[in-house]
Amino acid sequence: MLSIALYITLALVVMALLMNLYRLTIGPSLPDRVLALDTMYVNSIALIVLLGLWLNSKTYFESALLIAMLGFISTVAVCKYILRGDIIE
Amino acid sequence: MPERIMPGGVMSGVIEAVISLLLVAGGIFVFIGSLGMAHLRDFYMRLHGPTKATTLGIGCMLIASMMYFWSVDGKPDIQELLITLFLFITAPVSAHLLAKSGLHLRLKHADKTQGKPVELRPEEVGDKPVPHPDKGHG
Repeated sequence: MLSIALYITLALVVMALLMNLYRLTIGPSLPDRVLALDTMYVNSIALIVLLGLWLNSKTYFESALLIAMLGFISTVAVCKYILRGDIIE
Repeated sequence: MPERIMPGGVMSGVIEAVISLLLVAGGIFVFIGSLGMAHLRDFYMRLHGPTKATTLGIGCMLIASMMYFWSVDGKPDIQELLITLFLFITAPVSAHLLAKSGLHLRLKHADKTQGKPVELRPEEVGDKPVPHPDKGHG
């Protein structure tokens, strides 16, 4: 039962990543693209968690935490750049 | 994928059912969030999908992973809980900043979207820079 659920979830997350890629490519404005990248890193964290379940190991969860932190910081940095024209004032 | 064997035997059926349910629910929520982002018409509408649905979906998946490793190893682990907490704290902050940058760039919006830049105060749109607290006004 768990392996079937894992297959279904993997398919859903990969389709979500493809839709993020679509929005990232056509996104008419800069905040659209930033939002697409932001969602993409959250979905890649989901993919890493599913990989950990698949391989039955907890090795990759540190990298998931690292991706979460770096993604948040980069989103905030780009938004500050759009808003103020400067990142650190 | 090999059969899952716990130290005390095969994983209990109820726990496996709960983990599978949480995994599939998380996948569906993540999918709906990205579908909203790809399909809706307006940046302010598109912002709703990833900030709410995707965050809930990834929370479901991380809780499923935490329950799985708890039932396999026999002791709880704090890492997944840490990732969940971090994502739940940071998602509203980045959504707020993205909405502010969208208002600042005066992106086009559909007619039904409320809270247009004209109706907001200049600080909220970002026309007039908010004074830095250390530097005073000016």
